[in-house]
Amino acid sequence: MSSATRANSAADAAQTKDGHGHDSVEGEPHGSVRGYVTGFVLSAILTAIPFWLVMGDVIGNARITGFVVMAFAMVQVVVHMIYFLHMDTRSEGGWTVLALIFTATLVVITLVGSLWVMHHLNANMMPMSAEDMKQHMP
Amino acid sequence: MFSNPDLQTLVFGRLTWDAIPLHDPILIVTFAMVALGGAALLGIMTYFRWWGPLWRDWLTSVDHKKIGIMYIVMALVMLLRGFSDALLMRSQQALASGGGEGYLPPHHYDQIFTAHGVIMIFFVAMPLVTGLMNYVIPLQIGARDVAFPFLNNLSFWMTASGAATVMASLFVGEFARTGWLAMPPLSGADSSPGVGVDYYIWALQIAGVGTLLSGINLIATIVKMRAPGMTMMKLPIFVWSSLCTNVLIVAAFPILTAVLALLSLDRYVGTHFFTNDLGGNPMMYVNLIWIWGHPEVYILILPAFGVFSEIVSTYSSKRLFGYASMVYALVVITILAYLVWLHHFFTMGSGASVNSFFGITTMIISIPTGAKIFNWLFTMYRGRIRFEVPMLWTLGFMVTFVIGGMTGVLLAVPPADFVLHNSLFLVAHFHNVIIGGVVFGMFAGITYWFPKAFGYKLDPFWGKMSFWFWLTGFYVAFMPLYLLGLMGVTRRLNRIEDPSLQIWFVVAAIGSVLILLGILSFIVQLVVSYRRRDELRDLTGDPWGGRTLEWSTASPPPDYNFAFTPVIHDHDAWSDMKRRGYSRPLTGFKAIHMPRNTATGVILGGLSTVFSFAMIWYMWPLAAVSFVAILVVSIAHTFNYDRDFDIPADAVVRAEGERTRLMARQA
Repeated sequence: MSSATRANSAADAAQTKDGHGHDSVEGEPHGSVRGYVTGFVLSAILTAIPFWLVMGDVIGNARITGFVVMAFAMVQVVVHMIYFLHMDTRSEGGWTVLALIFTATLVVITLVGSLWVMHHLNANMMPMSAEDMKQHMP
Repeated sequence: MFSNPDLQTLVFGRLTWDAIPLHDPILIVTFAMVALGGAALLGIMTYFRWWGPLWRDWLTSVDHKKIGIMYIVMALVMLLRGFSDALLMRSQQALASGGGEGYLPPHHYDQIFTAHGVIMIFFVAMPLVTGLMNYVIPLQIGARDVAFPFLNNLSFWMTASGAATVMASLFVGEFARTGWLAMPPLSGADSSPGVGVDYYIWALQIAGVGTLLSGINLIATIVKMRAPGMTMMKLPIFVWSSLCTNVLIVAAFPILTAVLALLSLDRYVGTHFFTNDLGGNPMMYVNLIWIWGHPEVYILILPAFGVFSEIVSTYSSKRLFGYASMVYALVVITILAYLVWLHHFFTMGSGASVNSFFGITTMIISIPTGAKIFNWLFTMYRGRIRFEVPMLWTLGFMVTFVIGGMTGVLLAVPPADFVLHNSLFLVAHFHNVIIGGVVFGMFAGITYWFPKAFGYKLDPFWGKMSFWFWLTGFYVAFMPLYLLGLMGVTRRLNRIEDPSLQIWFVVAAIGSVLILLGILSFIVQLVVSYRRRDELRDLTGDPWGGRTLEWSTASPPPDYNFAFTPVIHDHDAWSDMKRRGYSRPLTGFKAIHMPRNTATGVILGGLSTVFSFAMIWYMWPLAAVSFVAILVVSIAHTFNYDRDFDIPADAVVRAEGERTRLMARQA
């Protein structure tokens, strides 16, 4: 028994003794060997492709390559969540997927908000170059 | 100490005798008093042989009730420290606004206002909120402890470690002189080369870990450990507000940790995240820390809203008006709390479109808050209201918080904010909502649940004294600041040149003395109540005619909280049980499985204090050793399989039999 499960069972001791662990009807999600292998192979492929794109300079445009690599990273995150964290819409009675949506919303708010705020700050407050000033002269 | 200066630097880093502030009479007197008080306390502890029980029953305890009480005791001790800072500031400004210089030089005054903010938010308000949630949540949902009892103990000791670090800065070295959010470039290595900002960073990092862990713990408790039948929409409203608060904690505190880590990198290894050179941008720090900072104020106020909801319902002897709308309001506030952060820096210059977006979201967030005020009013409407002390705090809150809320909406208008930004108007506004909301709420909660925790009520006379001094003191202290802010006085001034303003600072200082009387009354209340505990004793476990599950068990509750896990059929479970003519089961008790106490939390907290002290003073060998020790103790603890035990059935029979006897005597 791993120490993590052990700690869990000790922690939930007060509950389970009375046999009313009502929320655990769904049971804890368990992975299968097949699932882990699928996840591993997918992760390896999703890691190899970005390396190939960068080292082989396949696309030829650094900016586009960067975005493609980030897209692969996003897919990688999803693969990990499904195959390694065993997340699906039903686990823990929907709490997992709810937490995921909430987290994703907050991460998007934080990233997009910061970029938006800092972009406007830059546009409004950064000193202009002499060229820019000439252009803005009446 | 060492003849070899290199060796001394290696061992002690930048710590020398100069770091002890022997030149400052205020600190010397403070230190003497702390030392005398501490020695007296240690003497008393030794004389009565309290060390063993203290260690076994409290410090190493994993019981959520004891951890909750320890959080609140720590918060009250830190309140005295934070409030002393407030008195120093008010008296300095009263003296230094008539052309005088006052008695606090700028470098000392700046540490005081920084320490005041940091201590009041992180080591008074946060532990009060966490302590109350810890104590009440498991009892209200019919559980025997939190989901992870050891983690709970560790969280407390991490917070205590942060508090100890802040207190150490008073006597060894200095504290930050940057204001409570330590904004760069002022907090950068160039402008603040001393140890002050490092004390700030490490105290908050360690305490932040504790807060985050306790947030995870309480979410797991609420989601997984509710009594059978208690669906989410039958949760007591305090538990709902706590759930929202802990979700906010788990989502927001990692941002604080990350921002402070980046600031530490800037200070320790010379990176340029928040400098003006090499592509850094100090404004990014402001942006990021407020993405944590705004949710933080809702983390503090939501549990207070929960407390008021429970109290209004209990003392009006009515079910809470609009339960579902209360829940939705809480959830909406939880989401919107993440969409308003920029209103703290409208003046930064992001322009009209950004400012109007955040101005409007800020005004929108006042709508669910306003809905809650109406729900409380409608709960009281046609209720049989009993004006006990917790109800007084609640009424004081409702009046005061509405004023604070309205000045907040005023500040949400960007053009108005350009005039009022960083003025005393702002200072008055946030004290208005934090004192009127969080502090009143926590005093209300402490008075309300005190008989549950200790078995006797708090003395009502001194409770009323405390309430009226706090209420009047608040208005006398902060209304002048609104006025001064409107006249253009900015915050954090060491000296004010215009003598015509002095009268208002003197009035504000008188207000702070009234608040002092409020705090003293609270302490007197504790002492008087303890001495009169036999008259104030409650044997029923339900002194107020309560409505939620915590009142169904004994006061103080047994270690296992409930001999049998209750089954829930309706809102206000205990009120429902009483209506159905519930009778306590007197037979059939079984052994109860409980978590075992452990010293690991205390040890890890202590090691964390040593580690942060070593990092602050650049004692690298000590830092390395203590860090390795933290890892070793943590890993070793995972091999400790002796984590649980059973309370034998006859011990339960004895405890429950004693309760039956006491209740019969009362009847």
